[in-house]
Amino acid sequence: MKKTVLSLTVLTTLALGSANAATVVKLATISPLSGSSSNLGLQIKNGAQLAVNEMKAEFAKAGMTLSLVAYDDQADPATGTAAARRVVADRTVLGVVGTLNSGVAIPASAVLAPSHVAMISPANTNEKVTDRGLSNMNRVCARDDAQGPAGGDFVVGTLKAKKVYVLNDKTPYGQGLADQAEKAMKAKGVTIVQSEGVAAEDRDFTALITKIQTLKPDAIYFGGLYGQVGPFAKQLRDKGIQTPIVGGDGYDSDDLTKLAGTGANNLYFTTVAPPLDAVPAAKALAASFQTTFKTDMQGFGLMGYDSAKIALQGMLNAYKAAGNKVPTRTQVETAVRTGTFNVVTGQVKFDKNGDRQTAKMYVIAVKNGARSTAGTVNVVRQ
Amino acid sequence: MDFQTFGTVLLQVFVGGLSLGVLYAIIALGYTMVYGVLQLINFAHSEVFIAGGIVGFLVFDAVQASTMNGYLKLLLACIAAMAVSGLLNVVIERLAYRPLRGAQRLVPLITAIGVSLILQDLLRFLVGLRGQFDLSVPLPQGFSNPITSLLGINISLLNLQVKDLILIGVAAVMLIGLNLLVNRTQLGRAIRAVAHDRQTSGLMGIDANRIISLTFLIGGALGGLGGVMFAMKYQALNAYSGTLPGIKAFTAAVLGGIGSIPGAVLGGLVLGWLETLLGVISLFSSLPGLHWLGAIKAEYKDLGAFLALILILFLKPAGLLGRSAAEKV
Repeated sequence: MKKTVLSLTVLTTLALGSANAATVVKLATISPLSGSSSNLGLQIKNGAQLAVNEMKAEFAKAGMTLSLVAYDDQADPATGTAAARRVVADRTVLGVVGTLNSGVAIPASAVLAPSHVAMISPANTNEKVTDRGLSNMNRVCARDDAQGPAGGDFVVGTLKAKKVYVLNDKTPYGQGLADQAEKAMKAKGVTIVQSEGVAAEDRDFTALITKIQTLKPDAIYFGGLYGQVGPFAKQLRDKGIQTPIVGGDGYDSDDLTKLAGTGANNLYFTTVAPPLDAVPAAKALAASFQTTFKTDMQGFGLMGYDSAKIALQGMLNAYKAAGNKVPTRTQVETAVRTGTFNVVTGQVKFDKNGDRQTAKMYVIAVKNGARSTAGTVNVVRQ
Repeated sequence: MDFQTFGTVLLQVFVGGLSLGVLYAIIALGYTMVYGVLQLINFAHSEVFIAGGIVGFLVFDAVQASTMNGYLKLLLACIAAMAVSGLLNVVIERLAYRPLRGAQRLVPLITAIGVSLILQDLLRFLVGLRGQFDLSVPLPQGFSNPITSLLGINISLLNLQVKDLILIGVAAVMLIGLNLLVNRTQLGRAIRAVAHDRQTSGLMGIDANRIISLTFLIGGALGGLGGVMFAMKYQALNAYSGTLPGIKAFTAAVLGGIGSIPGAVLGGLVLGWLETLLGVISLFSSLPGLHWLGAIKAEYKDLGAFLALILILFLKPAGLLGRSAAEKV
């Protein structure tokens, strides 16, 4: 009996405590802040921090003290899930920006879902992130399944290729990408001269090069990773074949140009991380990012900023809708899913699963080892 | 496809398969030497091989800026790689195989696999100290140049590069040298004696341990040379790059008859040609009556090569040039 009284007292104190502290609201980030991808994870965190700094005053006017709390997921699902549990336990957190890795986002969002903590992802591309139909999980970047078609559109639209040779590295990533690109190209009347695979460890392309030389395609779509694409491009260019090679974000590494050497020419790849020169509106933001954090803003910093803006705007919208009261997590979740937001990368509206209705894919060109933006492809989800 | 293209493709397959095949042959010799003497399959050979490739990379990287003759740079890389890989192989034998000499044949096979895995990660770690995973090999000037004519004949259609010719030349010299060593020298006779009967050769005054160490030294050095050739041919490698060519070369050794030096060479060439041919065979689907070839895409090239291995072993279990040894009693 005594025990019950005691715990009741504790509960009451806790309830009063949270009632008093209700003016404090937090935005959380979950991203790798240590480990090999911490560079990208810090970009996401810093982008979100910038948005919080900007919106602080507006929140203060509404009687709320806004702050950011950053969790390190170490790019590890278990650590990310533990961070999500701490977010759930901290009742003042009304939204989460994160993560970098789809493998972390999927279990972490599942932990956040029952408590209706809205999650906005700047970087997760796996289809399963939103295909599970969770009410709290949203993303501002395009999905993996948009990449193949975007690459295919680029081959047809910009490179004007009529005959294409399609290659994949027989991994789920490379094969999936090549299949989707092939489907998109076929739909636009392109002839696929050959579509085949090569073992991911294989570095001997003698037979393939002979084939390419005989078939004379206008373009090559290679669904694979830089470690293989680099040597492939090198061997191909060494034999005097300059045919453009197109692929996905598996090409996105500085090692690509090192491995390709003289072959680092006429290479194109699609990616969801916007190159800053492709987003003119980001110029001022990049400057303030530089002054605040003393490092250059990259694509994921911009996406982190936009994600945070959407979360914060969602909180303010929910605040107004609730009659100028501090909103509940469920109200914020609904406001994010149903709202329309104008952010740096354009207008954001989520579909019923939390995918951005018009997301963008960017095409990066590698010419003589240097990168530039070759185009932007709109990805519209019906 | 017209007749001329058809001929060109076949020629390219011949040349491409040749340069791939001699690479397999060089690695296969390492398996065959050790097997011939100890009846042991040295599964760590693919790592000894890629260690040579990495040493080759380090040398090319170090002398990149110097104005030294390109062939001298290559020679330096070869010597360094042969020394490192040869010594590595001797150490492996001393630590992992010799203590198990009397054990059942399965036991050293398992330590061989263990050594192979340890070496892979050790190499990965050592390369990682440079902050790298994939190494891109800077070659001396001119090695990647295409060869358009040879002895006054236009061969631009063959797709040959200077480095392909070097590879084929080095392999030829090596094979002849090894053959002479084994068949014409005192050391070669001792190696053959130990291979034939270790105990009796010991009674004849041959120090079997020393001969076995020397065999591992030669086998490892050949592996290291193969590694430099690999680094030169593909210009890209990492600590795990040895595995696939290692398995192929082992297949080549078995295909040709493991333990036989000409067998290793023949096996390597057959495998190289088979793989390259299977890689392009779908091109021939445009010929009348052969449209079904279109279904045989490049992804089946390894499958086809291994099926050929199984087929040959069915018909001739000792391999193409192998003699079925009578069981020693």
